[in-house]
Amino acid sequence: MEPSTQKLIHTFGALADLGQEIAGPGDFTEMVRTSMHLLLGTLALRRGAVVECSGPGPLRCVAIWGLGDSALNGFGIDEAEMESFLGGDICESLVRNTSSANVFLTKYRDKLAGEEIELVVPMIVRGEVTGLVLLGGKASGEEFSSDDFETIRAMVRHIGVGIHTHRLLEQLAQRAEENRRLYDELRTIYRDTVKAFAAAIDIKDKYTQGHSERVGRYSEIIARELGWSEEEVEGIQIAGYLHDIGKLIVDRDIINAPYKIDAKNSSELNRHPNAGYEILAPIRHPYADIPLMAKHHHERLDGRGYPDGLTDQQIPMGAKIVSLADSFDAMTTDRPYKRRRSFEDVVVDLRENSGKQFDGKVVAAFARALLKEVKGETRERRITKMLGKTYLEGDQVATLLTDLISDLESDYSRHEAKAQTL
Amino acid sequence: MDTLSGGLVRSHCVGTTAVVYASDYLNKLSGEKIEHECRRHLNCGCRALVIDFSDTKLVNSIGISILLGIIDVAEKSGAQIVFSDVNNQTVQLFEMLGLTRHVALAKDEREALLNLSHFETTTPVVH
Repeated sequence: MEPSTQKLIHTFGALADLGQEIAGPGDFTEMVRTSMHLLLGTLALRRGAVVECSGPGPLRCVAIWGLGDSALNGFGIDEAEMESFLGGDICESLVRNTSSANVFLTKYRDKLAGEEIELVVPMIVRGEVTGLVLLGGKASGEEFSSDDFETIRAMVRHIGVGIHTHRLLEQLAQRAEENRRLYDELRTIYRDTVKAFAAAIDIKDKYTQGHSERVGRYSEIIARELGWSEEEVEGIQIAGYLHDIGKLIVDRDIINAPYKIDAKNSSELNRHPNAGYEILAPIRHPYADIPLMAKHHHERLDGRGYPDGLTDQQIPMGAKIVSLADSFDAMTTDRPYKRRRSFEDVVVDLRENSGKQFDGKVVAAFARALLKEVKGETRERRITKMLGKTYLEGDQVATLLTDLISDLESDYSRHEAKAQTL
Repeated sequence: MDTLSGGLVRSHCVGTTAVVYASDYLNKLSGEKIEHECRRHLNCGCRALVIDFSDTKLVNSIGISILLGIIDVAEKSGAQIVFSDVNNQTVQLFEMLGLTRHVALAKDEREALLNLSHFETTTPVVH
């Protein structure tokens, strides 16, 4: 094969490899290092370096080969030196060219020559110098030919574009990360604001302090047990915190009445789900259906709830969860007119009202979550903590929960079989 | 005895000469492994390197650059370097690019070791 043909094939192969390297998804420094090797290997150069500059200032070495690690220490570039690389012929970049008008070479000529660097080629992207490629030591001992200059020019342009593209992608990734962080911060602020609201709602009712926060936590635990996504779990927790926000418009005396309220006051109190919806609906929440969960948390499966008397399928699943969390907290905390009920009583109530007031699947999920805590299968004992140390004492707790789950699951299976027959 | 090091680079020592076997395609991945192996032998006191290309069909640009790096390191260590059993096409490439100004070529490993025999010492190299 003719040497010129072989040289052409060798150069083409290198250009193809360079294109692949630059377009590849690899690590930035590795990309530059490999690109530099491709350039050095194409012309059999023994020394080379790729340095970056994002404006006037010190040069940042990205890849170096055949030179000492500190060979480029102390190199910097100013505005005028960057300018002098623009528009000049590549011969102007030859270190030995003492008639070159390049002020960077004039400044560093001795230092570059000392390191046996013979050529300093600028990487120019969109009319700006983004870095320099320093080359030297042709293995053949020959001078750079015009063909060599053509090859160098083409490959350095490729490398420059590759570096520029990688930097743009890095900036994009950085901005995306920054946006994600800001979004997370906004969510935290939103959650904290909602919690503050929940506290404000509960302050109005001196007997149920912490109620909204507990309902939020119970709702979150149930949703997680039902296999909801993290986003949905966060949403239901917020709905729990805000479910009673409508109570802000109800007279404080009615809320704090130390006796069971009469029908008139009861109807006043029952306005709170709709009022809550009115308050929450105009807000753009980061989670879906929060106003609806507040509106329907007093609905019952049998249609005897309020405000709309919805039945089973008409009630949003989130509202069913908040409803159970709300009732469970009401049964397990002291109220002005009655003390909290025993756990055994609560289980009986949940069993009796599953399918009437509560959705059996939701009750079963809550019971499963609590059973895991009781059996010590969870890292945190969140429900137990909210109920207080002594509330769940006794060996019968696990049995009560196991029986409840088993009953509800067989109810559910029967219900499914019946639905299929119909 | 041959050793496999740095991810399947075969090499062995004959006195103070290390023989390192290049793979079928000398590119970035295999080149870096050979370079690592050569440096390891030089650091252990080898005074000469034979890189055997009997399995090598192709050397790309990165392979050339890495070989030049090995030549540099060997020169700085005062070690001799011989390329053996290089196919015709690769010999032409090495000649065209000027690598043969810095390394000797040998027909095969035996000839390479013979050429380097005057560098042999009686002290074995400890690896």
